Amino acid sequence: MLEELDKVDEIIEKYIHDEAPYVPLLHDINSEFRYLPKEALKRVSQRLEVPLSHLFNLATFYKCFSLEPRGENEVQVCMGTACHVKGSPRILERICHKLQVNPGETTEDQKFTLETVNCVGACALGPLVIINDKYEGRLSYKKIDKLLEGYHEENNKSS
Amino acid sequence: MRKIINPADLESFRQSCIKDMSREETWVAVCCGTGCSASGAHQVVSSFKEALQEKNIDGKITTRVTGCHGFCEQGPLVVVHPGNYLYCQVTPDDVEEIIEKTIIQKKAVERLQYTDPVSKEKVVVEDQVPFYYNQHRLLMRNSGIIDPTSIKDYLAISGYRALSMVLQEKSPLEVIEEIKASGLRGRGGAGFPTGLKWESCYNAPDNTRYVICNADEGDPGCFQDRSILEGNPHSVLEGMIIGAYAVSAEKGYIYVRNEYPLAVKNFSTALEQAREYGLLGENILGSGFSFDVKINRGGGAFVCGESSALIASIEGKAGEPRDKYIHATEKGLWDKPTVLNNVKTWASVPYIINNGADWYAQIGTEKSKGTMVFSLTGNVNNTGLVEVPMGITLRKLVFDIGGGIPEGKNIKAVQTGGPSGGCIPEKLLDLPLDYEKLTEAGSMMGSGGMIVMDESTCMVDVARYFLSFTQEESCGKCTPCREGGKQMLAILNNIMEGKGQENDLDMLEEIAQAMKEGSLCALGGMAPNPVLTTLKYFHQEYLDHIRDEKCPAKVCRNLIKYFINQEVCTGCGRCLKACPVDAVEGTKDEPHIIHQEKCTKCGACLEVCRYEAISVE
Repeated sequence: MLEELDKVDEIIEKYIHDEAPYVPLLHDINSEFRYLPKEALKRVSQRLEVPLSHLFNLATFYKCFSLEPRGENEVQVCMGTACHVKGSPRILERICHKLQVNPGETTEDQKFTLETVNCVGACALGPLVIINDKYEGRLSYKKIDKLLEGYHEENNKSS
Repeated sequence: MRKIINPADLESFRQSCIKDMSREETWVAVCCGTGCSASGAHQVVSSFKEALQEKNIDGKITTRVTGCHGFCEQGPLVVVHPGNYLYCQVTPDDVEEIIEKTIIQKKAVERLQYTDPVSKEKVVVEDQVPFYYNQHRLLMRNSGIIDPTSIKDYLAISGYRALSMVLQEKSPLEVIEEIKASGLRGRGGAGFPTGLKWESCYNAPDNTRYVICNADEGDPGCFQDRSILEGNPHSVLEGMIIGAYAVSAEKGYIYVRNEYPLAVKNFSTALEQAREYGLLGENILGSGFSFDVKINRGGGAFVCGESSALIASIEGKAGEPRDKYIHATEKGLWDKPTVLNNVKTWASVPYIINNGADWYAQIGTEKSKGTMVFSLTGNVNNTGLVEVPMGITLRKLVFDIGGGIPEGKNIKAVQTGGPSGGCIPEKLLDLPLDYEKLTEAGSMMGSGGMIVMDESTCMVDVARYFLSFTQEESCGKCTPCREGGKQMLAILNNIMEGKGQENDLDMLEEIAQAMKEGSLCALGGMAPNPVLTTLKYFHQEYLDHIRDEKCPAKVCRNLIKYFINQEVCTGCGRCLKACPVDAVEGTKDEPHIIHQEKCTKCGACLEVCRYEAISVE
C-alpha cells in the first residue's frame, strides 16, 4: 500500500493548488487504480483538509467512479436511444447471461466488469459495446458470443 | 514557434499557412471521427501512408486525418482531392486500388462509391450525394477538410480572423450588438437569445466574470457537439475567446463529457497550440486582453448538462441543480457573473463575426435564425450528422437527407429533443423545425437529437425507455422529479405487462403535470414530455395494451409469444443452439417447438432463423 500511497501523493501534488481539485483528482485516482481505494480517499481527505464525507458524496454521485475494485476487462454496453431502437436491451441480456453478472457488477474471477453507458455517440454502429475502450459495433448475438470468447481465451493465455 | 504578436503578424503567418496547404496538389482525407475510427479508419490511414511511401510518392501526396464528415453510416469514409472522390466503407485492402486508379490515373473506383438507396445510382463526388447536397453546412463544413490537431490548417481557412477583427475594430458592446442582431439563440436546447445573455452578464456589477462552454452532451442519440470538438476544436475556442472579450471575462471553462476521450484530447491540443501562438493567454494579439480556458471532465452524470448543476460540478461539488431565481449571468460560477453556452452556440460566433449579422439572420425562419446540427439516428438509411437551416421540414430531413426508412418499412414517429423532448407522429412530418413549432407540438429542439422510429417500434416502450433514463439520472434533490418519475415508470411497466387499467392514463397525465410545475430544473420539468406526446399522438396504442393486452408492434414481452411454424421449419437446429434458456426442443431435420413456459422472449431464435419459420404473435 505504501507504494500506492506515493502514487496518490503524486496525483494530489498535481491538483493541490487548484481552486476545485476534487473531481479531476478522483478521476486520476480512479483511472490509476481502476477504482477509488479507501486508503487513497483518506489520504486525499487529510492532505486537502476536506471531510471524507464530501469525497464519498462525489464518489457515489458521479457514475464514473467506483468504490469497488473493477475487473481486468471493462465491458460497456451502450443503451442510447439509437442502440435501444436497434436492440441493445437484448444484447445486454445476452452479455449478462454469458458473464453471469448484472450491470455494475464484476465477475467472480475478476476478469470482467459489466457497465451500461448512456450513448457514446457512435449511433450509426448500434447496437454497440465498448470493451476496454475498443468500439465493437453492429452487434448480433453471434458476434457478441465470439467477442467474449476471444477475451476469455486471451485471459487464459496470459494467466 | 514564435508568438504572433499583432493582427498584421497573424495575417502574414496565415499567408504562409495557405501557401503550405495549396502546395499539396493531391490529398486524401480520411474521416477519423469516433464512428469511422470504430469502423477501422486508423488502419486505413496507416495503409495509405505505407503504400504511398512504398511507391515513393508520399512527398507529393498528403494523407490527412480529419474530423467527422457526418456520414457515419458509410464509414470509414475517404475523400480524394482534387475531384472530391467519395469512397465509403473503405478497408485497408482497398487502399492500393484507390491509389492506383484515383490518385495516379484520376479515375473513380466504382465499387467503393456510394449507391443512392432510392435511385440505385452510383454517386462519384462528395457534394452530389443527396445526404450532403440537401444540407447547409456551416459549423460542420470544415470538419472534413482540416486536420483538427493542426492550428495551421485552421488558420489557412480564415481561422482566428474573426477574433483578430473583434480585437482591433470592435468594442465589447459592439460585439454584443452584432450577436443580438444575428438572432443567434442557445443551441443547447432552450433557445435563449445569446446576445441578451451576454448583455446581462456584461451589465452585471462585478469585476470577475467567467465564460463556460457546455460540452456535457448527455442526451442519448446526440453526438454533434462531440463531432465539432473532435473535428474543429479551434472554432469553438475562437467563439469562446470572442465571447470572453465581449463580457470581459478572463477565465473560461469547458465541461466535456467523460465518455468523449477524443474530444478532450483534440480540444487540449487546440488549447496548447493557441497558447503557443499567442492566441490565448496574456495580451492576446497585442490587444491587452487576456483570457485562458481550462478543461473539466464530467463524471457521467446526465444532470450536469443542466447549467446550475454543471456550475456546481466545476466548483467541485456533486452536480445538483439549484433554483434559478437569480440567473447565472448575475451569480454563476463562484457567485460571479457567468455566460454558459453550448458548443454549437460558441462555434457559430466566428461565422457571424466574419460574415456579419445580416448574413446570418437571412438563414432560417423569423424567430429561429441560422443552422442547426441534428444527429439523425434510429431506423433511417443515412445515419449521421446533418446541418440544415432552421425551418426545414421533418419530412425533408428524414427522406431527402436521411434516405428514408430501411427495409421498406413505414415511418411511425420521430423523436426530437432527447429524453426531454417528445415523439412527433408521421402526420406531423411537414412541421417546420424551429424552436416555437417544436414546442407547440409538445416536443423541443433540445440539443438536436433526432431518432427515427419505424412501425416495429412500440411507443409505450419508447416512453418508458426515456422515462427510465430520466428517472435513473434524476439527482434526487427535489421530490416531484424523484418520486413522480418513479410512479410514472411503475404505471408504464404495468401497462407493458398487461396489467394496466384505463384510469392509469389519467393518472399519468396528472403526475406529469405535477412534475412539470414542481420540479427544480428542466430535467424533471421536461421528463414527462415523451409520455405526454405519446399519449397525445398514440393514444390507441396505449389502449391496445390496456384493453386487449396486445402490443401492436410486438415488442412488449409479456404480451407476445414466439412460435415455430411447423410447416416451414427444416429442423436445422440453429435456434436450438442459440436459445440461452433451452426453451427450444426438437430432433435434427424435424420441425422444432418452443416451450412457452421456459421462453424469455429474447428473440435469439428469430435472429438466427434462416427460413423465416419463427413468428411473433
